[in-house]
Amino acid sequence: MLGVLGGRVYDPRNGSDGETRDIWVKDGRVVSPEEVDRQGAEIVDATGLVVMPGGVDIHSHIVGAKVNAARKFRPEDHRGAERARTGAFRSGSGLTVPSTHLTGYLYAEMGYTTVMEAATAPLVARHAHEEMADVPIIDKATFITMGNNHFLMKCIRDGRHEMARDYVAWLLGASKGYAIKIVNPGGVENWKWGSNVGELDDEVIGFGVTPRQILETLAQISDELGLPHPPHIHGINLGRSSSARTSIETMAALDGLRAHFCHIQFLSYGKGRGGVHTSEAVAIAEAVNAHPDVTVDVGQLVFGSATTMTSDGPLQHSLHRTTGSKWMNVDVEGETGGGIVPVFYKRTNPINAVMWRTGMELFLLIKDPWKVFLTTDHPNAGCFTSYPHVIKLLMDRDYRAEVFEGIHARARKGSVLHDLEREYSLYEIAVITRAGPARALGLKNKGHLGVGADADIAIYQEMDDKAEMFARPRYVFKGGTLVARDGTVVADPPGRTFYVAPSYDPGVEKDIRRHFEATYTVSFENYSMLSQHVTHEEVIACG
Amino acid sequence: MSTTIEHVACTFCGCVCDDIVVEIEGSRIAGVRRACAVGRGVLDEYDPEVRRPLLRGREVEWEEAIEAAASILVRADSPLIYGLSSSAVEAQRKAVELADRLGAIIDTTSSVCHGPTGLAMQAVGEATCTLGEVRDRADLIVFWGCNPAASHPRHFGRFSLTPKGTHTPNGRKDRTVFVVDVRPTGSSKQADHFLQVDVGADYEVLTALRSLVKGNDLAPGPIGGIPVSQLRDLVDRMKTCRYGVVFMGMGLTMSRGRHLNVGELFSLVTELNEYGRFSVIPMRGHGNVAGADQVLTWSSGYPFAVSFARGYPQYGPGEFTAVDVLARGEADAALIIASDPAAHFPRRAAEYLERIPTIVLDPSESLTARIAQVVFPTASYGLDAAGTAYRMDNVPIFLRRLLTSGRPTDEEVLDRIIEAVK
Repeated sequence: MLGVLGGRVYDPRNGSDGETRDIWVKDGRVVSPEEVDRQGAEIVDATGLVVMPGGVDIHSHIVGAKVNAARKFRPEDHRGAERARTGAFRSGSGLTVPSTHLTGYLYAEMGYTTVMEAATAPLVARHAHEEMADVPIIDKATFITMGNNHFLMKCIRDGRHEMARDYVAWLLGASKGYAIKIVNPGGVENWKWGSNVGELDDEVIGFGVTPRQILETLAQISDELGLPHPPHIHGINLGRSSSARTSIETMAALDGLRAHFCHIQFLSYGKGRGGVHTSEAVAIAEAVNAHPDVTVDVGQLVFGSATTMTSDGPLQHSLHRTTGSKWMNVDVEGETGGGIVPVFYKRTNPINAVMWRTGMELFLLIKDPWKVFLTTDHPNAGCFTSYPHVIKLLMDRDYRAEVFEGIHARARKGSVLHDLEREYSLYEIAVITRAGPARALGLKNKGHLGVGADADIAIYQEMDDKAEMFARPRYVFKGGTLVARDGTVVADPPGRTFYVAPSYDPGVEKDIRRHFEATYTVSFENYSMLSQHVTHEEVIACG
Repeated sequence: MSTTIEHVACTFCGCVCDDIVVEIEGSRIAGVRRACAVGRGVLDEYDPEVRRPLLRGREVEWEEAIEAAASILVRADSPLIYGLSSSAVEAQRKAVELADRLGAIIDTTSSVCHGPTGLAMQAVGEATCTLGEVRDRADLIVFWGCNPAASHPRHFGRFSLTPKGTHTPNGRKDRTVFVVDVRPTGSSKQADHFLQVDVGADYEVLTALRSLVKGNDLAPGPIGGIPVSQLRDLVDRMKTCRYGVVFMGMGLTMSRGRHLNVGELFSLVTELNEYGRFSVIPMRGHGNVAGADQVLTWSSGYPFAVSFARGYPQYGPGEFTAVDVLARGEADAALIIASDPAAHFPRRAAEYLERIPTIVLDPSESLTARIAQVVFPTASYGLDAAGTAYRMDNVPIFLRRLLTSGRPTDEEVLDRIIEAVK
């Protein structure tokens, strides 16, 4: 039994806005006062401290083929960013792409206890799961890329909606995934022909379907299967001046269906002069405010070193051409693709500065904090270790103004940012980093401290400097176990892996097997992961 | 009484073919279908009989052997862990954990085959794809410094030459195939065009190709033994094909220029993506050498040649690569997993290995096992142990357990050594 007593509890889901409350924990869960047996209980005196649920990251790239290719690709990223082994804790390295154990430690030390790997190609899902087994402490899950999947596009072309639905259910089970991920629907397939898509009604080469059809079908299927998290969408035109327009069009196309738009900052631009985009955050925020079923995470840009990595192959090629940085590309048969380009974001670069500003404006203009979540699309726009810095920008308008004054003048011009006086409260921070993402993920035991919740608890000393406050929690508990103290990991229990197992008509397997025999280089029988291949698994119910 | 098991994966080479049919009789494999000659040999010659570990040539109990191995490692100031590429991911993870705990140097067989490929990738990037993309899309294929007809016998049939794919419905007829090598090979016989490059001139030829791609004029004389007209013809095809793929091998990585050769090729492939789509795939040799790169990278940040001596991972090809560490006499103990450096390393390194206490984990009796102090006859992944191997294109393949032997796995032995060194 563990008691966290007398803390100021920020638990938005249960309506606690800094009220002094005691939290009792038994067997890794929060329990009601009736179940408390103080005899022999471990007591944490949290008087005056800020108590929050453990952080929940809805979109981060931490494991799997793409992340590991980036680690291998960037030895220069790791030097000077090493951690030595201490006692039972493993050594590691990596600034923007930390090694697996280090990733678990760094998240836990920051008070985060649940992290979603944002994109895994099903063909290499086994790889992602093998790495997840080596990321300690935090609970994890992965989203499965489907926006350029051949079998699915054939179903859409042939009007076989039920078969598409059965296939999606089968694929999530086979890859032990958690949600449908859509990346540049149709555009990645077209990239394999050296092309891309630019409009929702462009044609996918060889399939005669459109990005709009792919998005609509997958959003419908997600609802029909009752998946806990709606489709997680990286739309078309990321990084382009047409992105704000097509983002808004996509929200309209999916009206009435649940959808999460990830790292929306990267898709909120309009056309500017001389190749420098403008921020269209005002229009995007308006659209987000207007669509009740839409949530977004921001993908806030942080000045400094980053590693861009995405399944959006054509985007990465164009980034390579723009920056001149080295480039990796991987085309994945029948499913998806991907690329990696290292970047360094500078406040004095007008394009980077506009990106920074766009993210800030989105945070401040989207009214309902339950609809906008804190991410940096790690490590695309910045590292997850920058979250405390982003929190400071949101909570401290003087600091924000100071940074704003230092960015390139082109980006300051016309910005609404200096008029936005809004400062996030601790309660709102608890929403955008905990309660909100947990709710959008359908993780009922995460992001809150009510009875039955997982005892993932982060306890902070309140400070004026919010970056310092959130970088080094006094205590972090994961499932009731003290895992970090004063920003240093003290225990590394394994984290769990969540996945869904929606039911489907097994008759579809016959068609999938035929598709495999015709197009895959891996046997159908060796493709699916079995539950025994997942360590510390927990199946999250659908419907 | 025999049982048939389908969809078996073979871990001999980087193709990791997983369509093999195996007949089991009792505790032995009695028949193998679809495998190439080499793979068939690996499968049906395997003897799963349980053998006891050896301590200085004498059979001992497992406990005693574990104790002896642990004491060698604990006493060493600079232990070396090497091999890994014919083991499974499960064991590779344990090997890195052990290296981290010991402050050891850990290196894989990558360093003596595609290590330079890794360096080139880190320097200039790499545009690549999975083997299914080759089968389905590629209409121009170039094999450079590799000879799959001998080293990867089913590569042509499954991925690169004859199979019919979505956009290659006529198989071989839909593909134009080039082989570039220093001498005619079994593979060059099957190509449409063979370009014979002078020994040591690959870099020069690749530079000429990059120059031609950019539209520069070159003097008409031959470059690296190849007439410029032939290079120009290749470049024309490269710039106009639908989807081109280069497979590259040790003819580039282990000849003069090494990573510079590979870097030049990778740059060429990157630049060709300005015109159409182009990919390059390194022809990885051992069945799970790609997995060894993956595991070491996700645990430490680096794919091979890693030292934990300072408590944190340091990367040092040339410094922490096994051949160099041994040839300079820097390691004072070695743990060799599923590899045979005594047979394959340069003489100075191999001779030094004989002088230091060595521990071997291997399903078969290698030459290294004969000079080792402690030998653990372990199970073979994909035969009497289940696991994962990564194909040359980094696609993870599930390895089934076909036979029930009493042999412990590499993972189990390493786990017990880790416990014992604690």
